[in-house]
Amino acid sequence: MRTAVSELDMTSASSLDEALRALRDEKRTPIAGATDLYVALNFGTLEQRKFLDIWAVDELRNISERGDMLVLGALATYTSMIRSPLVVKRLPMLVEAARQVGGAQIQNRGTIGGNIANGSPAGDSLPVLAAADAVVVLRSADAERRVPITEYYTSYRASVMRPDELIVAVEIPPVEGKQWFRKVGTRAAQAISKIVVAGVRSAEPRISFGSVAPTVMRVPLTERALASGAGIDEAVRVLAQEIAPIDDIRSTAEYRLRVATNLLRRFWTETA
Amino acid sequence: MRFMLNGAVKEVATHPAARLIDVLREECGLTGTKEGCGEGECGACTVLIDGEPVCSCIIPVAQVADAEVTTVEGLNGEHPLQKLFMDEVGAQCGICTPGMIMAALSLGPAPTLDEVRTALAGNLCRCTGYSAIYRAVMKWRGMTAGDTPGSAVVA
Repeated sequence: MRTAVSELDMTSASSLDEALRALRDEKRTPIAGATDLYVALNFGTLEQRKFLDIWAVDELRNISERGDMLVLGALATYTSMIRSPLVVKRLPMLVEAARQVGGAQIQNRGTIGGNIANGSPAGDSLPVLAAADAVVVLRSADAERRVPITEYYTSYRASVMRPDELIVAVEIPPVEGKQWFRKVGTRAAQAISKIVVAGVRSAEPRISFGSVAPTVMRVPLTERALASGAGIDEAVRVLAQEIAPIDDIRSTAEYRLRVATNLLRRFWTETA
Repeated sequence: MRFMLNGAVKEVATHPAARLIDVLREECGLTGTKEGCGEGECGACTVLIDGEPVCSCIIPVAQVADAEVTTVEGLNGEHPLQKLFMDEVGAQCGICTPGMIMAALSLGPAPTLDEVRTALAGNLCRCTGYSAIYRAVMKWRGMTAGDTPGSAVVA
């Protein structure tokens, strides 16, 4: 590990109350499955030195229904979502995304809350949450608030979450329509996405892309074009104007734009 | 802190943020667990925590407090899968082998070839081309290559 362990300060919380008190009293980065943070630590690229390990906060592990909401506890792992009959029934595109996150080893540790908190524009679950109009539940020692995932990120890897807050759950309203998910990476297993997309086909289609902007994004202009019956060719033209991907270590803007428009066509054909 | 290691209680006096792999190799002297990529991509460092495969290179040791950790040494060199990896030449350079074996242990009985591939999707091998590995795992679970459609690759 390229970061000296002796520089690190890690305490563990065993209950939500304990975790929230710790975050109120000092600035610590919560650490759940560690699948992103420890990669950065290994490479010596992580700035943070003080952590709050929340892996043992079992009350954040539940997957349940509350009213008509599907509620994913922040520590629900990809494996637990794949195995959850509720998620399989209500949000199959999330199961599809979870299956493609790394191998079993990563699926066993990576959590939905961690994927949100890490805030990578390539986070595989994020387009699913955006297309499903998911709501992030943030709690501090004093209060709880709800933020739609589409309003959660403010810029690249930045969000509205305050340092004293913890993501405790994600709420997902019922999703009407056919769900679709596709990830394009260098290889089938393990790869970080070059581009990732989730879509819901209904009278008012909902489509969300990852890795085409500083944050996960819905494409409202494209959605409106499709909802108005404009046809897929017109929608593809709108999409090409609506997204502005960049060149980076994983891909190029040109490739991403081409693949994004191809994926939009694929979504439209496969959900017809 | 303490955890169960290969069936026995283990006390370690280590930094809570230390990586599990470093504690296993350096403090516990169990060097069967290999470090490959150090970023959770290659699976060489796979161990079981409470029976589930994980990458020990990206887990702080604090997270195994009171859990049960199983490394390849816990198989005592006597596990049928270990013998099958030898018989089927599922190991060449050997770096990926402990991780492959630990990941394969999570498979239930009579898996399809696709299920074997999925279970081992988080484990990279740069020598064997995987066929011999899949063959060893399929045999261990009572399957032969011919039992599974699309199995020409393991024939």
